[in-house]
Amino acid sequence: MSILVDKKTRLVVQGITGKEGTFHAIACRDFGTAVVAGVTPGKGGNRHEGIPVFDTVREAVTKEGANTSLIFVPPAFAADAILEAIDAAVSLVVCITEGIPTLDMVRVARYLRGSVTRLIGPNCPGVISPGRAKVGIMPGHIHKRGKVGVVSRSGTLTYEAVGQLTRLGLGQSTCVGIGGDPIIGATFVDCLALFEDDPATHAILMIGEIGGTAEEEAAAFVKRHVSKPVVGYIAGQTAPPGRRMGHAGAIISGGKGTAAEKVAALRRAGIAVVKSPAEMGAAVKKALNK
Amino acid sequence: MKIHEYQAKAILADYGVPVPKGEVAVTPLEARNAAERLGGAVVIKAQIHAGGRGKAGGIVLASSPGEAETAAERLIGSRLVTHQTGSEGSVVKRILVEERTAITRELYAGIVLDRKAALPVIMVSGEGGVDIEEVAAKSPQKIIRVAVDPATQLQAFHTRQLLFGLRLSQPLHRAGVEIFRGLYRTFQEKDCSLVEINPLVVTADNRLLALDAKVNFDDNALFRHPEIKELRDLDEESPLEVEASKFSLSYIKLNGTVGCMVNGAGLAMATMDIVKLAGGEPANFLDVGGGASAEQIENAFRILTSDRSVRAVLINIFGGILRCDRLAEGVIHAVRSLRVTLPIVIRMEGTNVDQGRRMLHESGLNFITADGMREAAERSVEAARGGKR
Repeated sequence: MSILVDKKTRLVVQGITGKEGTFHAIACRDFGTAVVAGVTPGKGGNRHEGIPVFDTVREAVTKEGANTSLIFVPPAFAADAILEAIDAAVSLVVCITEGIPTLDMVRVARYLRGSVTRLIGPNCPGVISPGRAKVGIMPGHIHKRGKVGVVSRSGTLTYEAVGQLTRLGLGQSTCVGIGGDPIIGATFVDCLALFEDDPATHAILMIGEIGGTAEEEAAAFVKRHVSKPVVGYIAGQTAPPGRRMGHAGAIISGGKGTAAEKVAALRRAGIAVVKSPAEMGAAVKKALNK
Repeated sequence: MKIHEYQAKAILADYGVPVPKGEVAVTPLEARNAAERLGGAVVIKAQIHAGGRGKAGGIVLASSPGEAETAAERLIGSRLVTHQTGSEGSVVKRILVEERTAITRELYAGIVLDRKAALPVIMVSGEGGVDIEEVAAKSPQKIIRVAVDPATQLQAFHTRQLLFGLRLSQPLHRAGVEIFRGLYRTFQEKDCSLVEINPLVVTADNRLLALDAKVNFDDNALFRHPEIKELRDLDEESPLEVEASKFSLSYIKLNGTVGCMVNGAGLAMATMDIVKLAGGEPANFLDVGGGASAEQIENAFRILTSDRSVRAVLINIFGGILRCDRLAEGVIHAVRSLRVTLPIVIRMEGTNVDQGRRMLHESGLNFITADGMREAAERSVEAARGGKR
């Protein structure tokens, strides 16, 4: 088992004819994901790298049975692409695009409510269930199938964590990058709930960062609803307040959103928090051996 | 993106929010003339992006055009240090000369994004003129919050909650509604991340007036607001950060000696953390992004090493889309063309790592390679201690 993506995933790539879309559609297919369609308005009817291209997401759903979408549309048009996928009742939408205006995401978040769609991202590396499916831009070869669930707000820091786990012989059930923006689809809490219910996941590694209160909410959820061991790391302990640290969501404002507050909340919930990012893998190993 | 108070007030005024009469001056003479036109008694306000100007002496009362000129002479060109500027302060390049206002009440009105609800929320409070974060921490019940759903936009019932929440007297209701509408429309139509009127005052002659204003914009939405982009004041930003932004690099200068170059924001923050844990101090945050080109790597390197306090460089790359061979190529080229003599610690992992390592080794340049983040941090901190320029 795994969460979110597996052998039943039928992927449509929105923005497939672009440079990034092409590169990653092929990489996902090479990893074993069923890439069944692509969407680029105006290029419908063609085949791109052997994949049928449609003008709309709706066609990809009705003609190819797509149930998952991966979005590489530029920031100015990305919110529209997400809305289109929600409208077509795609059950999982993963948006890689970085730099979507926040107010566009306010509308997206509103439309998500009451829909059948789950959104991952935007501004994220996507989701991978090693040995089953990859819906994202992460390097597939560093992963290994196993029993650790990984959920993170970051991209390359997640690769770092996965690299440490794989080196220690610890495989992953599913790794989810939930994205670094202020408004995202699935949260830590959503992913923790999925991992808790997934029999293949035996331990969870949660990687947070400064800004917002998502980690505090996750800590409260872990305390009440998660029986599996959880290991945590919070990036940005040395970040100065008031500055946006690359991710639009990573900003400490008015003394809120600091790493210290988050670490304290996680520890209170019984999560094993590591101080050093070099210790993430080892801490998971320790938690599994308990 | 941040703008100055006078720019924020001009935008709000366009949306029907009443602001005091005022003029911007860049010389003492201009300040004198402005004061004359505004009736003599004025307020002189230093225009810098940081808050806390009042306490730092950046807001001065003048009772005549002559006094306005003297105050302007003192302020223009001076360095203002507030709790938000850092110890180096900010140089005052222009001042806002405003008519004086007799006030009876100071209120707060603002609009920000509530991340958890994923909605803009308008906040008002009867406790204006002070830091709203302080009010929020000490007496949160004194802040009235009204979230506005994009499906309804701002409706009359929202504004009623705000007006009655503030206990504004009936004659001020119409003006209050106009101000809340202006606040909301500014936020929506200009893609703001924050609009704040603090204080919003009730004047002695019973009008509502935005005495101070702050407007921040969502950087991600600037592409659709060329008129806002033009308001950017590069003098208020660190020169190295401005230079970095030209190459789409995310760089923030800090106070340490270990220059960091990393791909990805999360890993960049984690790298700063581990440098600190190893006993050093990061000189900067620098994210070269997921798909950096050899040219971007070279520019990143140039910007990073032009910070005179850097004593060693730590490159930490987890190659995904950014391949390690491309990184190695960029670094080797940069070190050669910039003639960098600083110690450089490189830690690479991921796509094409063997090829990248071989290129570094065969370059004949004196790189210190490290296995894993901890070793990289320790080696760079050690190198920074002995590093000379």
